[in-house]
Amino acid sequence: MRTRQFLKPRTVSREVDEIVDALPKHNIGSQGYDPWGLNPDTAKITFTAVRWLYEHYFRVRAHGLENVAGSGRLLIVGNHSGQLPMDGVMVSFAVANKAEDARLPRSMIERWFPSVPFLGNWMNSVGGVIGDPKNCAKMLEREEAIVVFPEGIRGSGKPYRLRYQLQRFGHGFMHLAMEHGTPIVPVGVVGCEETMPSLVDIKPLARMLGMPYFPLAPLVPLPARVFLNFGRPMHFANDARNEQDVEWRVEEVKDAIRDLIDTGIAQRKSIF
Amino acid sequence: MSDGKRKQPARRGASAAASSETVRRKTPARRRTEAEAQARPAGLGIGSETRGKVLVTGAAGALAQHVIALLREHYDVVGVEFRGVQAEYPDTVDYVVDFNTRPFEDVFREHGFMAIIHLGRIRFTQSTRNRRYSANVVGTARLLRLALKYGVEQVIALSTYHVYGADARNPSLIDEEYPMRAANLMREVVDAVELENLFNIHLYKHPELNISILRPCNIAGPGINNEISRMLSQPVAPCLFGFSPLMQFIHVEDMARAVVRSFERNHPGVYNVAPDDYVAYQDALQQAGCRRLFLPSVPPALARRAVRALGRYAPPDYLIDFFKYAVIIDGSLFARTFDFEPEHSLTELLSHYRGLK
Repeated sequence: MRTRQFLKPRTVSREVDEIVDALPKHNIGSQGYDPWGLNPDTAKITFTAVRWLYEHYFRVRAHGLENVAGSGRLLIVGNHSGQLPMDGVMVSFAVANKAEDARLPRSMIERWFPSVPFLGNWMNSVGGVIGDPKNCAKMLEREEAIVVFPEGIRGSGKPYRLRYQLQRFGHGFMHLAMEHGTPIVPVGVVGCEETMPSLVDIKPLARMLGMPYFPLAPLVPLPARVFLNFGRPMHFANDARNEQDVEWRVEEVKDAIRDLIDTGIAQRKSIF
Repeated sequence: MSDGKRKQPARRGASAAASSETVRRKTPARRRTEAEAQARPAGLGIGSETRGKVLVTGAAGALAQHVIALLREHYDVVGVEFRGVQAEYPDTVDYVVDFNTRPFEDVFREHGFMAIIHLGRIRFTQSTRNRRYSANVVGTARLLRLALKYGVEQVIALSTYHVYGADARNPSLIDEEYPMRAANLMREVVDAVELENLFNIHLYKHPELNISILRPCNIAGPGINNEISRMLSQPVAPCLFGFSPLMQFIHVEDMARAVVRSFERNHPGVYNVAPDDYVAYQDALQQAGCRRLFLPSVPPALARRAVRALGRYAPPDYLIDFFKYAVIIDGSLFARTFDFEPEHSLTELLSHYRGLK
């Protein structure tokens, strides 16, 4: 609290202050926390750095943001890449930085993050939530928007030679969407693959450190241009007869994301 | 406590087996037969001024004192305490008796209880694990047997959110169906889980007992002496470096209202009791006027050693994960079912502790 009070007036610009203040905060309690640990003051301090990354480092171009509704439950489903969860940060900031109907979508984080000192608390306080179906269900019940990468570490940890090739999608997001009557907004992320291209995953080292993967990659993200394309909301009725039905619907979403990735690649004139 | 209200000397039990066991009581109780007690609970007859007789266990505790104060308006309340031997007990205690001893049944014989509000539990920091198990689990099993035998119509049991266990993988807003993972995560808390299992078995096996199990978040406020309340009361409180888990607090007066409301409205089941408001542990310490003493958090063995070195100025080492990972429970089912909303804000609660400094 004292660290926040010290940092906030020294780091947060008026623009970032206004961006965060304009976000809906219906789940925030009297002490400035929501049930998942989001804290607007910490978010403001973090967004100051994120905004610089978004505007000046990755020079993000976001299209189709009008497809992200300003209220109501929502799943934003995209392709995962880039070793670090930069894509989630950029997608969340793009939606929070919208001129109209801005909101802060919550990003799913790996389950081991909360056990890391400082990192776990910090990720929670800027909107990260561990990827647990119960968490998602509760958030949707409370009309939150959630960014989901159904590829998980299969997507973020893949080597550069597999760039823009969608890996296997988990079905959990589709079950959630159907059970909770939640629209899915597909998003194609282009550019994050190039921010941290990995030549190989050093599995023994990853196992030794208890990490999901250990890429042979640049130590810091490269300043690749990032293009985000948000598609039209997709609605799925809760009438799947079996898991095969669910898989077909997941394939529909994957097709939509593939089209959006192709659009982003076409928009991109240069990688850096 | 005035002289007139001091406890009577220990009364000898009638049977030889019970001769060495004692029930200490403040007022002589009218002796009733078992049949009388079952046939017509005291205080329910025509012309009675109260709606019935209620047994409240753990009557010396701060929560029980609030509950009894609320109940006394409409009910005859008998307070029973089994925890330890202390020089003086508050007025809310009518009997001091171990649940595992035979004279405890005399209390049931002498009063025809319509309901039991079971608040008496030896906390994690009190006594050894075996003693806690014996008092909390075996003692409660006996309490439930007696409740069945003497036709008690309703049981309210106080559990704790600790049964969910603290773990980095816990989702937020844990609801009542979530597994009680504490049994797997921390052996020292197993008595709390066993106690719940006991009530759950009776809940379904004996629906006539109308059991409601309440799992509150951290209870705090004047008179409360649990682990978190002790931390907030201290001028310097320990916290783990790099960890400030989100917590929930409920004021003792609000919790007493929740207990009484669940008793009066009688919807048997299992309920989390927590407000829809949250604060990070370190923020809570600062608002309560505590200075933070940072302890090493990694490796976990070092953190446990540091906590043990602080003794009573820190939570017990087996509860350390509750000061590391958030365990946020969803109290919405209780709020909806019993139309309950806490009256005391979090700011007010933390101000109380600041005022103590």
